[in-house]
Amino acid sequence: MATEESASVMDDYETLISTTDVELLKRAWRNEKAAPEILQFESSLVQRIKEQIELAEQNVEISEANNIDPLTVSLYQMDLDRTQFLLRSYLRVRLQKIEKYLFYVLKTDEYLNRLSKQEQMFARRCTDDLGSHLDETVLAKLPDNYQSILKQSITSEEDDMVPVPRLDTFVICKAKQYLSGLDFEPEYSMEITEMERDLLTFVCYKFIKKPLENGKIDLV
Amino acid sequence: MAGQSDSTMSLFSSEEIEFMAEDEMVEIVPNLRMDSLNFICGDYGPFYPQLAAQVPIWLALALKKRGKCTIRLPQWMSIENLTQVLEAERDSHAFQPLPFHYVEISRLLFDLAREDIPDMYMVRSLIEDIRDVRFHKVETNLEKFTASTVTWKNMSAMEVNVIRAFAGRALQAFYKHDNEQQTPDTDRTLDKQPQIPTDRPKRNLKPR
Repeated sequence: MATEESASVMDDYETLISTTDVELLKRAWRNEKAAPEILQFESSLVQRIKEQIELAEQNVEISEANNIDPLTVSLYQMDLDRTQFLLRSYLRVRLQKIEKYLFYVLKTDEYLNRLSKQEQMFARRCTDDLGSHLDETVLAKLPDNYQSILKQSITSEEDDMVPVPRLDTFVICKAKQYLSGLDFEPEYSMEITEMERDLLTFVCYKFIKKPLENGKIDLV
Repeated sequence: MAGQSDSTMSLFSSEEIEFMAEDEMVEIVPNLRMDSLNFICGDYGPFYPQLAAQVPIWLALALKKRGKCTIRLPQWMSIENLTQVLEAERDSHAFQPLPFHYVEISRLLFDLAREDIPDMYMVRSLIEDIRDVRFHKVETNLEKFTASTVTWKNMSAMEVNVIRAFAGRALQAFYKHDNEQQTPDTDRTLDKQPQIPTDRPKRNLKPR
């Protein structure tokens, strides 16, 4: 059938264009937006995109100065705007997540290591500010047993005032290739055994954490 | 330009989905000569008058707005194809294959390139009908699902986005209660606890 043929042509095409950094950034952005926890910061990708943005900015400036066809310049400007939007949105989603899970991120090395240097700085400054703010306004006025930022009272065994990312959130994902049981954590072998390629699946985030980190699954 | 969704982090605003759809490719017929465009998102062109070229929709629409090209209707938007899809959509429980962003692409083209669409009203009403039938299916499916993983073949971006929040919460609740039954001692507020693998029957992923 004609549609099948065009589908396979589209697939080839997709793998071809998916190599651009913009495509990779879009993927990272979508995953970051859809995942309940903070993902590994794409440092080299962000670095490359920043360089390309700088280059494009210079290009637009030079073209404007040299009276290049304004239509062409405006198209370059649009491309630049789109890429900048993606980058900003990506960074912003991460900051929102860091703010939301601030204390948890800071006390969990695994998460802390996923942040960029700047994000780590942001997280520390945020904690300091939030901590001293809460201290001054509320905690210092409470009885001694209830002054911890992290605990309801000193009798709490865990840090029970710290929001934790909910890994049992359901997400929608699509496998880039057929996934067998080996691609998933053995822990969840009861829940999930395989995943067809390109099939939209509603699934508990923690089941697909491993293939997501290995780049075999995209969140939608 | 798309706005950032802020209320719930995991949700995409419709502007953001439109933004993604604008990267899908269409064929245009330019009426001007223009050198290659070496964008950050890829290289397009060079463009010659009357020679068809493949470009992302945002670029096609930018040129279209300035009267520099006509946009060729994608094959799937032809009346023949849409009629077929609509019939099949009505006859079957499954979703017919359509581009992931068919709602957004068709709306963008209706809004900004209407003179390039022959039988615009026909095409538009066909797509609206298809959309209605499919959304109805989405709703009926919602009444039925119970499993811990649910799959949908050929569901489109907007459809997914509409049910994302509701279906996600519902499935999460199913999952939680499922596990509560097996571990009745679990404190209900501590749903972040690691779940113990149970002897539940395997659930294979099957298209519904």
